Amino acid sequence: MGVAADSQFHVLAVDDSIIDRKLIERLLKTSSYQVTTVDSGSKALQFLGFHDDDEVNSNQPCVSPNNSQEVEVNLIITDYCMPGMTGYDLLKKVKKSSSLKDIPVVIMSSENVPSRISRCLEEGAEEFFLKPVRLLDVSKLKPHMMKTKIKETHEHQPQHQENNQEQQHKQDQEHQEQKNALEILEEVESEQQSNGSKRKSIEEESVTKQNKTQIQLWPICRFD
Amino acid sequence: MAAVSQLQRQFIEYTTSLYNEGYLDDQYTQLQKLQDESNPDFVVEVVSLFFEDSEKLLNNLATALQQKIVDYKQVDSHVHQFKGSSSSIGAQRVTNVCIHFRNFCEEKNLDGCLRCLQQLKHEYIQVRNKLEGLFRLEQQILQAGGSVPMMESICTSASTMSSSGKLSA
Repeated sequence: MGVAADSQFHVLAVDDSIIDRKLIERLLKTSSYQVTTVDSGSKALQFLGFHDDDEVNSNQPCVSPNNSQEVEVNLIITDYCMPGMTGYDLLKKVKKSSSLKDIPVVIMSSENVPSRISRCLEEGAEEFFLKPVRLLDVSKLKPHMMKTKIKETHEHQPQHQENNQEQQHKQDQEHQEQKNALEILEEVESEQQSNGSKRKSIEEESVTKQNKTQIQLWPICRFD
Repeated sequence: MAAVSQLQRQFIEYTTSLYNEGYLDDQYTQLQKLQDESNPDFVVEVVSLFFEDSEKLLNNLATALQQKIVDYKQVDSHVHQFKGSSSSIGAQRVTNVCIHFRNFCEEKNLDGCLRCLQQLKHEYIQVRNKLEGLFRLEQQILQAGGSVPMMESICTSASTMSSSGKLSA
């Protein structure tokens, strides 16, 4: 059995309803994520270490030099309708922040308003869940958190090579392989409910598709 | 042992009727799925939070509708909260009243709102009594040394009996 990747994922859940906070916390913990819940957008930003001058195009130096949140957050899941700062306001602030913009954000709402949904997705939300949120919805979160991990790994290990031949094709292949990897992740996610043998065949397919280099770029990714 | 199976039968019948009569819907089953040995009181805890929240909301609604000039946005906001919390625990009838209530808020129809508030109180008290009864039965079964029947199988048979039109496995 490989590393339990899920225990490394930390989700920040934002909801003004105590009942929904309890529910989302249980859903996330059942799916083996670490969870922090807060009851407002402003508390969420506080937790994330957000600074007002921390915008993507800002020329001002930040108040604290390391500028990052104390605890790593791999995904933010927030209610849309909240007093004061709505989930949409929170989403916008996160996406405009240079330190937070890469954190995937998911919006939850009890109301099925198409314009609301498209607005959130346009602003950069990864998913929009209708409440009450279920285990099936939560199972869709992992690919978004995995993408962040892959991106980080890619940025930190650009020189990881096997032999000279791979070095030549590396630049072109890397993009394609990342794409494949993400597709496979999504496939695996959607196959989660089906039987073990089907899942195993996807796993085998993924091993033959990728070369060793790619697997080494993915130290934490396990399908077993 | 006869006592345990009798209690279990009672529990199954009672639960089935609650689903059939629309007091509870599938979301309640979802809550049960989240309960396990590491969180054995999850359902009771969430439902207790719902009871506390509901009583506060009902008071707030009564106060808001008693004002000389009624702030319908405020009323609607309370109802919206109530709709959310009831839907999160599967209290279907309460949620349905909230939907009608919101329509009256939009129309600024005081009469309609007052009637809905009465209905809401009624449905809330009903579901509270039913759930308390269910929890009591669960306790009796556990104290008699038995295990509480699984909701999923009860729910499936209930849905075949109801007019949902869905076929169960």
